[in-house]
Amino acid sequence: MPLIEIKEVNKIYKLGDIEVNALHNISLSIEKGEFAGIMGPSGSGKSTFLNIIGCLDRPTSGQYLIDGFNVSQLNRDQLSNIRNIKIGFIFQGFNLLPRTSAIENVELPMLYKGVSAKERKKIAIEALSAVGLEERKNHYPNQLSGGQQQRVAIARALVNKAPIILADEPTGNLDTKTSSEIMELFLKLNRESNISIIIVTHEPDIAAYCKRIIRFKDGNIISDERNEQN
Amino acid sequence: MINVFSTVKISVRALRVNKMRSALTILGIIIGVGAVITMLAVGNGARKKIEEQISSIGSNLLIIFPGSSGSGGVRFGSGTQPTLTIKDAEAIQKECSSVQEASPVINGTAQIVYSNQNWSTSIIGTTPNMFIVRDWSIINGKVFTNDDVKSSTKVCLLGQTVVDNIFGNLDPVGHIIRIKKVPFKIIGVLESKGQSAQGHDQDDVIYIPITTAQKKLFGTQFPGTVRTIMVKAKTFEDLAKAESQINELLKQRHRIGNKQENDFTVRNLTQIMQTAEQATNIMTLLLGAVASVSLLVGGIGIMNIMLVSVTERTREIGIRMAIGAKTWDIRLQFIIEALTLSLIGGLIGIAFGIAGAKIVSILAEWNTIISNMSLVLAFGFSGIIGLFFGFYPAYKASLLNPIDALRFE
Repeated sequence: MPLIEIKEVNKIYKLGDIEVNALHNISLSIEKGEFAGIMGPSGSGKSTFLNIIGCLDRPTSGQYLIDGFNVSQLNRDQLSNIRNIKIGFIFQGFNLLPRTSAIENVELPMLYKGVSAKERKKIAIEALSAVGLEERKNHYPNQLSGGQQQRVAIARALVNKAPIILADEPTGNLDTKTSSEIMELFLKLNRESNISIIIVTHEPDIAAYCKRIIRFKDGNIISDERNEQN
Repeated sequence: MINVFSTVKISVRALRVNKMRSALTILGIIIGVGAVITMLAVGNGARKKIEEQISSIGSNLLIIFPGSSGSGGVRFGSGTQPTLTIKDAEAIQKECSSVQEASPVINGTAQIVYSNQNWSTSIIGTTPNMFIVRDWSIINGKVFTNDDVKSSTKVCLLGQTVVDNIFGNLDPVGHIIRIKKVPFKIIGVLESKGQSAQGHDQDDVIYIPITTAQKKLFGTQFPGTVRTIMVKAKTFEDLAKAESQINELLKQRHRIGNKQENDFTVRNLTQIMQTAEQATNIMTLLLGAVASVSLLVGGIGIMNIMLVSVTERTREIGIRMAIGAKTWDIRLQFIIEALTLSLIGGLIGIAFGIAGAKIVSILAEWNTIISNMSLVLAFGFSGIIGLFFGFYPAYKASLLNPIDALRFE
């Protein structure tokens, strides 16, 4: 059974009287432990696609199954629950809470899951040391470099043992050296913890790390190929 | 459900980021709560004063005055016609079921002398049950008896003011004073009652048996008549019944037909005071209501700031939703933030309210009373304000679309 299975998904936005068909009959499945890249020009539907597999949005029609469980018609709070335990988000702008220390940012998903304070702290420290930031646990986001902030965000995505990490242009705000460090970290997590990683990017350098590349154009998948080098 | 303690921590931190803004918002609640507490204290003080005055004249009190007299079409005032007698008082006591005690009164002013001291004071001749009627006790010695009344004994009870002026620190009991040159033995001293509602010193008085007053001091051309009769009804509820019973009885005794004017008047002092008390209650309520308006305005301030805060933190809300915050997690966070503002304001407001009441006491020389009830009320009200005005912004935050919220700059 695939980890992510998308069957004939359509997404239609209404902008006033005009209907915009952002996704056409997309079908796709991603197995556990895959490292996939999603590419395409802006307006190609890749962001819409990411929102749907991230359970931030619901498809207009079609089915979306995670671990064989249909999540396409769940309500707001049920989707929040799925995001909390199944999906770790990494954003281009890091999206850490300001004025909140690294460790508290990392604890946040566990807070909403209902993990006890003591347990939260223990797991958060483990996650921070996995990304090499244990000593900076009490620093605030504005005291950390871009790369360090992104590592904190990765630690935050790990704490609830989510099987999927969704990264939207994770290196878009980082220099080349830091970008490759972050990508190495993704590779390590993918290899050692068997976490499925899906990265949206438009940079060929980043896409080169992926084992599978899915290209979008005008709401359709135009290619889906394995990268034999990895 | 989200951990409340962590949420409180998050809220306090969010409030500390905009210190000035939070402080001003809290100030609105402080003023509101402080005003409510001060105003209730002022109102309660006024009520307490009236209650004290009621208890100083005696509770459930009726006073019967004789009617007015006329001479050649000129009418003199109430009490100018001597129609009430000691016998009337005895009849009222015996026959009116709602009356507990009825005590006749003759009064006048006289010069009193003790050794080289002298003093002019009011002399009241009455019966022993007067001290029950007026809830008045003796602090030293004893009250004269009905036997003293029967045999017109020359004994007297002194009010505290008389004792202070004539005897100073000496114990007057057992000494002889002269009232209008008639020697009287002092058998007791009355407890101090202070000023009456009209500012009259109730302790500047000497009480003697009524018959002694009639025969030895205030000889009258109408023997056996009295100035007033004071009546204590059994309970507050009995006052109206007692009044009508007395009216019936006196009409019958004085042989007054239905069409004739009464030759006496019954006044219900307690009821007058009770009306005054009700007026103060209304005043307290009004003051509280006016003060509550400022609390309400403080609440609107909270709502305003919370709405700004929700807009400013749209992205934060988006992040929280993306990593798993549910509707009520977001709502609780903002409600707790609003509650924190209003409860901190409530606590400081209590301190300000107490201080405000003290300042009013000192500057306006107005007795203020802060009841625990008013503190609980004001604090509870500030909490309700926080909940009420915090809910809409929290509700708005919880309905944000996570995708739009995440994109918010």
